[in-house]
Amino acid sequence: MQELLQSIAPWLSDNAIFTPSTIAQYWGGFVNTVQLVFISLVIGLFLAVPLAIGRASPIWLLRKGIWLYTWIFRGTPLLIQLYIAYYGLAFIPGVQDSLIWPLIKDPLYPALLAFTLNTAAYTTEIFYGAIKAMPRGELEAARAYGMSPMLAYRRIILPSALRRALPAYGNEVIFMLHASAIASVVTIADLTGVAYNIYSRYYAPFSAFIFVALCYMVLSFSIQGGFRLLEKRMLAHLKPR
Amino acid sequence: MKRLLTVSLLGAAMAAGSAQARDYDTVRIGVDIPYVPMEYRTPSGELAGFDIELGNALCKQAELKCNWVEQGWDGIIPGLMSRKFDAIMSSMTINDERRQQVLFSDPYLVPPSAWFAPTSTSLAGVESSDLKDKNIGVQRGTVQDSYVTDKFGDVANIQRYASADDVAVDMETGRLDIAFLDYPTGQAALLKGGKYKTMGELMTEPKEYFGDGFGIAFRQRDKDLAETFNKALATLKSNGTYDEIHDKYFNEDGTNAPQAGD
Repeated sequence: MQELLQSIAPWLSDNAIFTPSTIAQYWGGFVNTVQLVFISLVIGLFLAVPLAIGRASPIWLLRKGIWLYTWIFRGTPLLIQLYIAYYGLAFIPGVQDSLIWPLIKDPLYPALLAFTLNTAAYTTEIFYGAIKAMPRGELEAARAYGMSPMLAYRRIILPSALRRALPAYGNEVIFMLHASAIASVVTIADLTGVAYNIYSRYYAPFSAFIFVALCYMVLSFSIQGGFRLLEKRMLAHLKPR
Repeated sequence: MKRLLTVSLLGAAMAAGSAQARDYDTVRIGVDIPYVPMEYRTPSGELAGFDIELGNALCKQAELKCNWVEQGWDGIIPGLMSRKFDAIMSSMTINDERRQQVLFSDPYLVPPSAWFAPTSTSLAGVESSDLKDKNIGVQRGTVQDSYVTDKFGDVANIQRYASADDVAVDMETGRLDIAFLDYPTGQAALLKGGKYKTMGELMTEPKEYFGDGFGIAFRQRDKDLAETFNKALATLKSNGTYDEIHDKYFNEDGTNAPQAGD
């Protein structure tokens, strides 16, 4: 690392835009983006598993309610959802005097709320599709063994559905990373926000935007690599031999 | 990266050079709308504002035909470079960073910047000690942004917005403790209802941030065009047309004059 820094130092010293201060800003943006995306994905994932089970349940109201939720969040742009969470919530009468105001006041939490609900909606549909695609024979076998629906879910349906959903979910994670670029419209200094700030300060669109594009690419390919490893292990039994 | 940029700019300049200098019968002027009271649309959809009226008067004086082209602030200098228009007249403050990119006319207005806070604010002043850990709202990429970033970036939390209207909305929600804007813009966006006041002095110094006022921007090589506009501006200033337009929009101290339809 030291060697690398030393080798790029002369190149940096000749440069008005890649200074230690802007690199520190880029790093801050990188951390913000990763945090924002990671937290919303984790919460979204934990919400999505029970929601997908509910979506496949025989109870009409539950099924339709969850369908309505995913329909709304998949039917509208994330940018609009972010605007509603950030600007809209602040104007509900009384909310500015309530206990949750410190949370809504901070741009991070409205953004997390919008991102989490959005990714949970997509992930729910992915898992629901995987549950629906469960081979009937395996279900009948589980029932024949006398498993209760709960036990069948736990031992048979969920493990197999989650495995099957893995490739689609990997896509959703990368989509979420890319979608997070809009966080800068509510003043969050994520990677895109930092690129905007540096661009508007130095009027250098190429260096700012190409640099963050590379950062996003590194993140995307790391995620892709992670999922490929995971698929290799979890879907090994599906490989041709 | 710098070298890469130079090379690509050189390439662009050569491509542009081969297109030959054009006769400016029609000048397209880029403008970012709305930025009340400098440029905006009236309810009937017509362009109005100080920049627009002065720009039209300048074109008339220079016997040029002018078209206004709308362009968001973020892309306004790239728009000039990529020949979407030939000039920018959109309350652009003249400063050194921009001078490296564009050629400025003589300044046509020197507006102050100002701090705006709610009337009920608990802030005692606008020094670093007063603004510690406070949320300051600015419009991204403006000279006010640069000033606040350098002066208060370490102590305060600076929130950058795409437009002055967004700043006004978040002042309304209470997310911002104070905003730093062009005085005429802040006045139009915030001062009307009596809920906000200015704090501290109206600022035009230090020059390294607030520059030399607003100028019309041209591509570096269009020196003739800039000269034409400078001459027209000088004429309008000497024959009283400039004052007439100025008084329509501003009071003597740079505050906004009441406008018809407000």
